[in-house]
Amino acid sequence: MNSLVKADIRKLGIAAVLFAAIYGMLETEIIGAFWELNLVLIMINIILATSLNMINGYTGQFSIGHAGFFAIGAYMGAIMTVKLGYDMPVALIVGTISAGIVGFLVGLPTLRLNGDYLAIATLGLGEIIRICILNIEYVGGASGLMGIPRLTTFPMAFWIMVAILFFIKNFKNSAYGRACLAIRENEIAADTMGIDTTRYKVMAFTLGASFAGTAGVLFSHYFFIAHPASFTFMRSFDILTMVVLGGLGSMTGSVTGAIVLTFISAALSDFPEWRMLIYSVAMIVLMLYRPQGLFGDKELSLQMIRSLKMGGKKNDD
Amino acid sequence: MVRTKRILSVLTAGLILTAAISGCGGSKGSSDTIKLGGNLEMTGGSASYGISSRNGIELALREVNAKGGVNGKKVTLVVADNKSEATEATNAMQKLISQDKVVGVIGPNLSSAVIASTAVSSAARTADISPMGTNPKVTVDDHGKVKPYNFRACFIDPFQGTVMADFALNTLKVRRAAIMIDNSSDYAKGLAQFFREKFEAGGGTIVGEEMYLQKDTDFKATLTKLRDANPDFLYIPGYYQEVGLIIRQAKELGLNVAMAGGDGWDSQKLAEIALPENLNNCYFSSLYSPDDTSKLNKEFVESYQKEYKQKPDVFAALAYDSAKLFIKAMEDAKSADPGKIAEALAQVSGFTGVSGSIKFDGSHNPIKAAVIIELKNGRQTFRTKVNP
Repeated sequence: MNSLVKADIRKLGIAAVLFAAIYGMLETEIIGAFWELNLVLIMINIILATSLNMINGYTGQFSIGHAGFFAIGAYMGAIMTVKLGYDMPVALIVGTISAGIVGFLVGLPTLRLNGDYLAIATLGLGEIIRICILNIEYVGGASGLMGIPRLTTFPMAFWIMVAILFFIKNFKNSAYGRACLAIRENEIAADTMGIDTTRYKVMAFTLGASFAGTAGVLFSHYFFIAHPASFTFMRSFDILTMVVLGGLGSMTGSVTGAIVLTFISAALSDFPEWRMLIYSVAMIVLMLYRPQGLFGDKELSLQMIRSLKMGGKKNDD
Repeated sequence: MVRTKRILSVLTAGLILTAAISGCGGSKGSSDTIKLGGNLEMTGGSASYGISSRNGIELALREVNAKGGVNGKKVTLVVADNKSEATEATNAMQKLISQDKVVGVIGPNLSSAVIASTAVSSAARTADISPMGTNPKVTVDDHGKVKPYNFRACFIDPFQGTVMADFALNTLKVRRAAIMIDNSSDYAKGLAQFFREKFEAGGGTIVGEEMYLQKDTDFKATLTKLRDANPDFLYIPGYYQEVGLIIRQAKELGLNVAMAGGDGWDSQKLAEIALPENLNNCYFSSLYSPDDTSKLNKEFVESYQKEYKQKPDVFAALAYDSAKLFIKAMEDAKSADPGKIAEALAQVSGFTGVSGSIKFDGSHNPIKAAVIIELKNGRQTFRTKVNP
């Protein structure tokens, strides 16, 4: 057995222990219904942030239309269960694939753009998807699609999240992932080295979009409703904020960003007027003192902690 | 670098710690107080609704507590922010019920937020009164069945559209109406639909109909189109943000006709956006006017003004009535048990609030009067009251 597989099994073991601990606390009601809801929300946000990190962080393509793919998953999943009467697994698969297909179709032309232009195109795309939904009476139009049963459970959200995290982690370490990293570092150089840049950019974009779709299915089946107002560009920016907070290009950074921001938002719900203020101040402080995000593009691991102990100079630019 | 790093880590740690402390503090409800929840729009696009509602509820509870509370217990309000959004409203509802252990919830005001969040309150068998959720589905589910735990303090959309069509035809004597509809809001669509039906049935013509979306800022192209259709009445059943801009731009284009809308106009911000001099010959239907001459309302307006230095709007008044409805239900049930409160609410009778007398029909909709408010130089004045 090679060492990578061994490391994976060890990480899976850690995930299982974590799951058992949280699940135990849920069953014994140490964690109440409110925090259970926020745990699920954290998992959905982790999926969103890490999948956006694949596009923005690994491949270096600045996309800010993630809410659009999230919406497609949410609505397609809800159509499957509410309108057509299928089960949750079908909804998950259809939601994921349809978001992926849309991601592929729009990725092909738009990924030929770069930098600011791509950002604007994806921003527009996210809004187009939302406005389309807003005008489709079949899915409720402006009132949203209502009457969605709560089929998302904590174990389901947890293991789907773990599966996606493993996929993304291994993607980064695969030949495909290395090609994506090369494109991020220098697209012309990567092209010269024989990497089909468009192919890998579209691949990362499609995968990122599909996972956002998965998150969408989980989301709409937990909150009873799929409503266009939940998928505005503010949602895209929220996801982007999580990625940037954790550090572009770091998967563990995205996970941390998603946890921290969702947690702050929930914990400060008693002080609604202060919530936005604290949130904004935290962002400003972070951008002033650590523009590369909490983790930069490093992954959180034992090795990183060890190097911090040595003086931490390596991580400071 | 080392120093900045230290500052940063202290800041982050402090932030997380405050969050943890405030979050995990949980509820240590003592048995001599009863907690009422407010699932309100404290931030986001409709923040002014939520803040007014909170003021109204607080005023009602202060009055009740000054008289010794209900069933010998004081009543306190716990507010949760729903960020003017449906999924956050679900989150807030869950928090109020499972963390704060409230006996009943007032809010949200936005229909979509109510419909999403009441799935949680229904499952927890806790009564909810939405002060301003006007969509029919707020109290009735998809299959037309009444939701046993959901009530509202306002009448439903169709009634407002009908009232305004009547008023336009009979009082303003207009015959050619144009409609501007906020296409991203089912509230606006509902009002427009019932206005159109009643107006055409009463002998009027709809000469033009245009759509816009929330957050649009330039309406000149559509307004020019409508102006060319030569209407003598413009119906804009939207929210104050866009309506203010529409009125202003219409006047700039020389469209000087009577304009009207629904209760989405009711905000102090409307005059700021549209400019006061543009707000003449403008009317909106509403559930409440601070100039209403009933004794109860006069007292309410007086104490509200003393407390908050402004006139109460409809959200404050209806939230006040919602809180009083809960108090009445607790007195009737002689209990603060959420299930019993819900039962008592459905059978409330002889209740008179600041917005008039309220009694729930079979679908948990109140039977009550509507008012027409006229804007004179941006100031709201009570015009007339229309009974159902």
